[in-house]
Amino acid sequence: MATVERPRIYEGTRIPSPIPTILRLSDELRDSPDVMQVNFGPNHPSTHGVLRLIVDLAGERVEGIEAVIGYLHTGFEKTMEQKTWWKAITYPARIDYVGFQNDELVFVLAIEKLLELETPQKAVWMRMLLCELNRIHSHLVYLGTAALELGAISMFWYCFRERDLVLDLFELVTGVRMHTRYFQAGGLAEDIPPGFYAECRKFTEWMPKAVDDYESLIDRNEIWLERTQGVGLLSADDAIALGQSGPVLRASGVDWDLRRAEPYLAYDKVDFEVPVLPNGDVYDRYRVRMIEMRESTKIVAQCLDRLEGMEGEPWIADDRKVVLPPRHELHTSMESLIHHFKIVTEGYRVPEGEVYVAIESPRGEKACYVISDGGSRPWRVKFRAPSLVALEATATCMRGALVADLVAIVGSLDSVMGDTDR
Amino acid sequence: MSPQPYSSIKGFGVTFKQIFKKPITQQYPEYKRPVYPRFRGRHRLWTHENGLEKCVGCSLCAAACPADCIRVVAAENTPGNRVSAGERYARIYEINLSRCIFCGYCEIACPFDAITLEAEFEISEYSRDDLIYTKDMLLAEPIKRVPVADRQLYDTPIPAYKAKS
Ligand code: SF4
Ligand code: SF4
Repeated sequence: MATVERPRIYEGTRIPSPIPTILRLSDELRDSPDVMQVNFGPNHPSTHGVLRLIVDLAGERVEGIEAVIGYLHTGFEKTMEQKTWWKAITYPARIDYVGFQNDELVFVLAIEKLLELETPQKAVWMRMLLCELNRIHSHLVYLGTAALELGAISMFWYCFRERDLVLDLFELVTGVRMHTRYFQAGGLAEDIPPGFYAECRKFTEWMPKAVDDYESLIDRNEIWLERTQGVGLLSADDAIALGQSGPVLRASGVDWDLRRAEPYLAYDKVDFEVPVLPNGDVYDRYRVRMIEMRESTKIVAQCLDRLEGMEGEPWIADDRKVVLPPRHELHTSMESLIHHFKIVTEGYRVPEGEVYVAIESPRGEKACYVISDGGSRPWRVKFRAPSLVALEATATCMRGALVADLVAIVGSLDSVMGDTDR
Repeated sequence: MSPQPYSSIKGFGVTFKQIFKKPITQQYPEYKRPVYPRFRGRHRLWTHENGLEKCVGCSLCAAACPADCIRVVAAENTPGNRVSAGERYARIYEINLSRCIFCGYCEIACPFDAITLEAEFEISEYSRDDLIYTKDMLLAEPIKRVPVADRQLYDTPIPAYKAKS
């Protein structure tokens, strides 16, 4: 079998100018009758939601590309300003609906930073566990859909099999499969049920075997390699210049992971590797996510070890001004009842100030910028969406690509349109 | 890094192995997987054993709802018309389930354990109007029953939304 040389990653930069997110037709091609403009999306099955790409094609070659976003604009950031802090916690999970738990975490961390609230250890470890489960979930959705688009249909079934296991765990602990509102300012909404540990152990033992399966399915599969290796190149310089983060950045050879660079929760106390690969193509982005799934499983197992020794510890801070009083006190203590009424109707007040909290979500740096005017509602909430930033790299990755590569490249950047449009 | 012919065959091996495994798919409408006890499905309003409603029309659930989908209009209990255990009762109690996001804040907010989110999840309708659940619908036993997994194992002894277990 002939070995095809894998195209090398380029040096330096090739960001299209003057607008870095648009690939413009060259002057000779502008009036050429051979160039055809095609709308890719917003209802195309492989655009991961409602993304519209206006593509200029010269034969198979993509000569110009422009993205039109906003089809899924929800105005959540604005709506959150109308809600009390407590109610606003239900919103972030709906912004990036694939990495829901990480979104919830970043907003709750921002509230806690403003309140200067300490979280009990049990809550810290449980938050880490759920965020890593969520990372696995998100990468499984990426892998399933991206492989499906390139023709590997069975990958989709296998990935969604494991995805369901993760969602079952979420249902067990939080009550719903997505959009959990399980993280509350100060800790967790409820204690961890006793049956969770055994179920989660089963999952951590099963997951490495599942990843083995995926690897034997497509890792060395010839069609997969042809479609992904050397496609959608993005150099390290360009990745940094375009503000990339997460797997896209690490696949371009930049060693940057917020979990290790600026540890939040207890990431400095667990043992995990950050995969960094040098080639900056679709295949390396896929590999980074595969390795991350394995590493996340390891983190989940370590969290479980810790949590099992924390039976009976508090799961939420004891601060009556912010945290709802324990349920059984409502019928015995007038004071608790008043606090309960106040928090539910008026909400708690958060001291004046502004914070920026960033975490490593499955898609990269997810951050939340919050301004509080000292009232019971956020004055301004802004999310930094890694999906939007990843989408901005499309034009650079598309240089010299064919129309068939478009699907592979957009899939590998793994934008979630809810996150992009907010 | 070159593709190997046996690598593709390895992939077929994974697919082939599936023949000997039990399918994980479930025949859904006939078989319903038990939901976990914390599952938040359709709401239910509760009554005391003596038939009086637990809800006293305090509107705390409506105040807690992030989607603003609960409407409560309270009225006084009179000796001739005693509906709830408290002073007042909910004359109108409506939940617009087409807006509800199943966050469960209403069951957390209610100080009387009058409203909880139960296991029922098959609530699709042909018309949006049918998704507005009135008090009678919320008080009635659900028609479709969903099995619930072991409460002892998968929930804490006292659920977060219950004052007394
Ligand atoms: S579950 Fe949430 S959205 Fe639905 S009625 Fe209750 S508080 Fe409102
Ligand atoms: S359900 Fe509970 S919170 Fe809502 S009005 Fe009735 S008693 Fe008040």
